[in-house]
Amino acid sequence: MIKLEERLAASLARLILDPAAPPARHIAVGAASPIPAAACWLVKKQGHPVRLSLLHKRTGNPFSEGSRELFDLTGQGRIDLFFLGGGQIDGKANLNLVGTGEWPGGSPQGGVRFPGSFGSAFMYFMTPRTILFREEHSPRVLVPQVDNISAPGVSEPGVFRRGTAQALVTGKCVFAFHPDRARFSLTSLHPGETVDGIRAATGFDFDVPADVPQTPDPTEAELALLRGPICDEMLETYPEFCARVFDRKLAA
Amino acid sequence: MIPHTPDSLAASVPDGALVALPPDNSLPSVALARALVRRGAKDLRLLGVPVSGFATDLLIGAGCVAEVQTSAVSLGEAGFAPRFTAALKAGQITVRDATCPAIHSMLQAAEKGIPFMPLRGIIGSDILRNRPDWKVVPNPLGDGVSDPIVLLPALSPDVALIHGVMADEAGNVWVGRRRECATLAHASQRVLATVERLVKGDMLEDERLAPGVISGTYIEKVAVAERGAWPVALLDEYAFDAAHVAEYARLAKTEAGFAEYLDRYVFNARAQAAE
Repeated sequence: MIKLEERLAASLARLILDPAAPPARHIAVGAASPIPAAACWLVKKQGHPVRLSLLHKRTGNPFSEGSRELFDLTGQGRIDLFFLGGGQIDGKANLNLVGTGEWPGGSPQGGVRFPGSFGSAFMYFMTPRTILFREEHSPRVLVPQVDNISAPGVSEPGVFRRGTAQALVTGKCVFAFHPDRARFSLTSLHPGETVDGIRAATGFDFDVPADVPQTPDPTEAELALLRGPICDEMLETYPEFCARVFDRKLAA
Repeated sequence: MIPHTPDSLAASVPDGALVALPPDNSLPSVALARALVRRGAKDLRLLGVPVSGFATDLLIGAGCVAEVQTSAVSLGEAGFAPRFTAALKAGQITVRDATCPAIHSMLQAAEKGIPFMPLRGIIGSDILRNRPDWKVVPNPLGDGVSDPIVLLPALSPDVALIHGVMADEAGNVWVGRRRECATLAHASQRVLATVERLVKGDMLEDERLAPGVISGTYIEKVAVAERGAWPVALLDEYAFDAAHVAEYARLAKTEAGFAEYLDRYVFNARAQAAE
């Protein structure tokens, strides 16, 4: 029995290793991102030479100047790949992590407040590759146009920018992003999903190639890594995730 | 001399102060946040450095806060911050959204005593559109017309609240690898610190400890508060108390539940004695 989280981690790992994309030598993972963290560990435990900087690791944290060091590294171009999500994501890969309605916080009439932008308004510009990840695939998340842009998917010519979204992985499918035309295309469908079903669950338009394959299952070897050594690495930072997905608890 | 306590430190924080708190993974003094709730502080303007967590939600729920400047407010794996969300909806607080490296950069400008710091990114974000105090100029060291870049004003908090592992006789506070707390201390007008324990001597005389020290130059007062970061983690001293924060998140969904939480963990005699 393959859990959705395991499938998503393996899908993200394949995108990290995409030979068509610039190499990911140093990957950073931000707050509350257990599935992207599992994907990075999968790449590393498969023997690929990659440096992983997990911002929320409590013991042995990679930074000696906290998140400031993460942003300084990224400012210099030393972080090759980062993960972002959003309360809303639109068809131009704009991200909204702040909230819906009027500028959230500006008035009590604002819609739903999300936690906030974190470092997205910087990281999305300064990282050569961003993989977008949002498990919930629904018209309320994947919208025609975000209510508020926390971080734009594409920028005006002349604005300094190293990269943007490479792909968007959801609980239903994988999209690729094409910054030249600011549109997503469907790359693969998770088991049980159809193109029509994805259309119905997606608020934005996207391109559909003639043949859309199924997202491959994680291999037995990948599952063994995820459930064993990768769970070991993640127990301290993500105890609830590890308990839920891998049925493992931190020893008291 | 009467030793300081979290409550005596909290008494010195005036209503309306701009109060900086590190996030849950970077040594906030939750003991001082609890003491501010007990003192009934009002109209505080909180700064998340660069994001906000448990202590911020607690202070908002207790009615101590008028404004929050931050890059996000969350309880981590326990989800959205319930009192922040409720107060915003009720129009009781305003939030000034920033983005993480912008807050670090504004503090670095204050640390250097310069009026602003440039930062890449942000252009095209509605965060910028809602920050009239942030300016976009053409890179002045380029051709003077192209390459737009954001300038951020220096930001100097009135008070920073930090929980370190130990303080010494020279007034230094040890924060280990969490040296971003030193930038916060350098940039702030005042630093009030709680620590797990006091140690003899001067940690700046010890080559191994010195890199993790915030010099006493910047520290106004220190009080001992064992487990003063609880329920959040403190380096390798103790872990994040996920069960407690989940309990908080459950209770704080309603005002009555939040009041019950305060009674049990902030106002009761045993909670105070522990600090």
